[in-house]
Amino acid sequence: MSAGGSAQFLPPALVLVSALAAVIIFIAGEARQRLRITVNLAAALLKLALVIWIGLAVLAGEDFRYSFELVPGVELILHADAMSILFASLSAVLWLVTTIYAIAYLEHTPNRARFFGFFSLCVSATMGIALAGNLLTLFVFYELLTLTTWPLVVHDGTPRALAAGRSYLRYTLVAGVLLLTAMIWLYGLTGNVVFTPGGIVAPLVETERTALQVIFVLLIAGFGVKAALVPLHGWLPKAMVAPAPVSALLHAVAVVKAGAFGILRVIEDVYGHAVVVELGLQLPLIAVASWTILIGSLLALREHHLKRRLAYSTVSQVSYIVLGVAVGGVLATAGGMVHLVHQGLMKITLFFCAGTLGLLLGVHRIEQLDGLGRRMPWLGVSFTVAALGMMGMPPLVGFVSKWYLATGALAAGLPWLVAVLIGSALLNAAYFLPLVRRLWLADHAPLEDVPVAINRISRLALVATAVATALLSVALGLFAAHPLSPLNWVLAIARSYPS
Amino acid sequence: MNADLAVGLVLLPMAGALVAFGLPAAYRRALAAAIALGWPLLLLPLTLLVLRDGSIAVVFGDWQPPLGIVWRIDGLALVMLWMHAAVGLAALVHAWPGFAPDRRAAATFWPLWLVLMTGANLALVTADLFNLYVALELVTLTGIALVAITDSTAALRAAMRYLLLAMLGSLMYLAGVGLTYAQNGTLAMAGITALETTPLVLMLAGLMVKSAVFPLHVWLPPAYANAPGPVAAMLAAVVGKTALIALWRVWWLAGDSASQALAMAIGVMGVAAIVYGSVAAMLHPRLRMVVAYSSVAQIGLLLLLIPLAGSDAFVASGFHLLVHGLAKAAMFLAAANIVMALGSDWIRRLPGLDSKLPLEAFTLALAGITLIGLPPSGGWVSKWLLLQQARSNDQLVWMVAILGGSLLSAAYVFRLLAMSCFHASHHARRPIVTRPPRAGSLAALLLALAAALLGLNPTPMLNLLATAWPGAAS
Repeated sequence: MSAGGSAQFLPPALVLVSALAAVIIFIAGEARQRLRITVNLAAALLKLALVIWIGLAVLAGEDFRYSFELVPGVELILHADAMSILFASLSAVLWLVTTIYAIAYLEHTPNRARFFGFFSLCVSATMGIALAGNLLTLFVFYELLTLTTWPLVVHDGTPRALAAGRSYLRYTLVAGVLLLTAMIWLYGLTGNVVFTPGGIVAPLVETERTALQVIFVLLIAGFGVKAALVPLHGWLPKAMVAPAPVSALLHAVAVVKAGAFGILRVIEDVYGHAVVVELGLQLPLIAVASWTILIGSLLALREHHLKRRLAYSTVSQVSYIVLGVAVGGVLATAGGMVHLVHQGLMKITLFFCAGTLGLLLGVHRIEQLDGLGRRMPWLGVSFTVAALGMMGMPPLVGFVSKWYLATGALAAGLPWLVAVLIGSALLNAAYFLPLVRRLWLADHAPLEDVPVAINRISRLALVATAVATALLSVALGLFAAHPLSPLNWVLAIARSYPS
Repeated sequence: MNADLAVGLVLLPMAGALVAFGLPAAYRRALAAAIALGWPLLLLPLTLLVLRDGSIAVVFGDWQPPLGIVWRIDGLALVMLWMHAAVGLAALVHAWPGFAPDRRAAATFWPLWLVLMTGANLALVTADLFNLYVALELVTLTGIALVAITDSTAALRAAMRYLLLAMLGSLMYLAGVGLTYAQNGTLAMAGITALETTPLVLMLAGLMVKSAVFPLHVWLPPAYANAPGPVAAMLAAVVGKTALIALWRVWWLAGDSASQALAMAIGVMGVAAIVYGSVAAMLHPRLRMVVAYSSVAQIGLLLLLIPLAGSDAFVASGFHLLVHGLAKAAMFLAAANIVMALGSDWIRRLPGLDSKLPLEAFTLALAGITLIGLPPSGGWVSKWLLLQQARSNDQLVWMVAILGGSLLSAAYVFRLLAMSCFHASHHARRPIVTRPPRAGSLAALLLALAAALLGLNPTPMLNLLATAWPGAAS
């Protein structure tokens, strides 16, 4: 069933809402604080409403497609399918809370118009990635995402921030070149690469085996840079010099997720899982994902800077998504995809907490966490809930993902992956439990408040956003069986793939 | 509608120039403006004709070639004529206050400006090798005069260097033309049946000097960087480009008789230009030199059309001429404003630009993104098509060159952007020396916007260019 008339303009509207907000914010300039906050929040709410509207329509079986010719023979397609909605709703929800958090975090600092302008553009690009209906569209928005996040990474303008920005550009622009090469090649072979569940390259497997293998490696490497697959993760810890809301955005809302989402699209909608297996690429991919999961955790263990430890944790956790999809089958695929949402909620909570502690108390290293749980109980509880969720403690969301991954691995006849998952859970415990212990059990450290010009409402917002995302992660774990939960949504997607 | 209107493209600015030399200095600027504004009115009917017939030919005095001189306007020439009109108008707006009648240089500036227009248009429409020589001479000599118009030592030195090299190029081209005439008995492009390697290489070498192909580019960076903003914009968008189109045309005259080895050699020069120009742009400490070296690299990219030799590559290169011309003109106009405002050309003085001159910072960013070829800018469309051509020819070397070139350009563009918008430095707090006129800023921004937005709906333009592909007939 196709949605008629004006509804076809919903996908572009979803992309353009925050772009328009960005234009207003840029033009309004630094001084118009009230206008900026209003526009920010209005755009975030409007975006969320649009996502819900489209989501319900897609659930009812409607089909949204908007396209125009971008280069000869290749269209820019915005198309809402179930997977688009998964990513779009995650980004829309988390953008709303991150916007609130960012306003509270940054409204006393310089260059806010620039920051919030690019912040909005960044979400625009993310929506484009979610709604991309073919590889070219995905690429276009993926490159736009690079462009719009770079100003956020270098926002502070310090030599360290600029160096992190250079590193970020080096990684992501080279990744863009890899993707472009793969795309030119693939379009040459197939004529057109529209996302189709089950993939489109199956007819070529006999004749173009090697080419397809090389293209796959290029695509995975291109998206793997943003998804921070080891050894392509080098930019991520460096980018931690950016303000905390940017970290939240990079790790939970947009960038890392965009990489993982790109890999999802390549495996499910360009190649098709069966073809990936047929080409002998499944095991190498599983190996890379497992390697990343373990190495990421080990690197996190070594790190004593709070935000950097969280960054390495992201390296490890995002690879669960890749692992699940690589393993294949309904259970593992669902486990991987749902981690897109689950990891996002938990990681954003952790970054909100870390950012607030850094801003208000000057806490940057894990040794400084001693006794802070009792001093800021709401924040401490949120952090603890998210950390325990990351470790996979039942009934929190992390457990749901890992349960499906493990049962999926067994179902696919890969029992040794369970050992990887358990090993990773132990490592997670090893780097998260000391933080929780320090928060609650260690002696109160004599920390002074950092004198920042933040009013009470902002302080409240900083804590409330973290509490909200933590609550949401608990709710999604408890009500994972609800028909509209992300879990059931991804199970439906996974079942729709030809097995 | 009559094809003879095309004569006006050359006669109008030429007559304007002659009249302007006779007018009192106070009216010269107004005359130039009137001609620049009237120009689109002349182009519009011609555009409709080209869209209807594919191309139009103007034959003078019913003398068919080989005796008569023929002009031909095809899709490529038409796109370029519109680009001249747009850049010319933007540059005029930018030059308006700087070359006001009471300024010393204004009396010579505006007539020279019109002569430059005349030559550039003639070079695009002519279908005769000697006519082309005259046109390019006209363009080069007025270009040199316009570079020298500020009469600073650096500008005079740059103009002198430009003059000497351009003379060398002219001599080589003319020698090639002579040999061609001896062989064919005509210089009308349509009548040339055989083109041996020696005259071909001579003509190509001459045109390579004029279009500043590495390593014959040495005149370009100082000339562009020391010329006044509007002149640099015209040099980059119009003067360099007409020589390059002439180079392509001469190459196609040779047809199948040109060897593969020569095409390869030109491709290698292109790659060398990309690498050298980009690395120089990455390292140079002065803003306008960076923009100028970027032109050296982009000219290298445009040379790849010769070894790529296909309709996709042709369309891509034609489109890239347009997009790059617009973007580069925008950058030079913005750079001139930046130099005026900061009182300096040094890149380390750029910090804080985004709050001091937000329009200029935005212009640099937009034009820079187009130069890198990031989607969805116009540069991205040409990059995509060039890559497509390289892949379908199985020419991996050029594919690597195109992709590598785009990464290298990212390096120098983001260096500028990081410095001007994000660098926290004490220079950020220095006050502005002179605030540049707003109209000039807007003109630059409009050019950059056009370059970036052309990428959103390139198809009509690409179809128009495709009709001009010389391989289509065979």
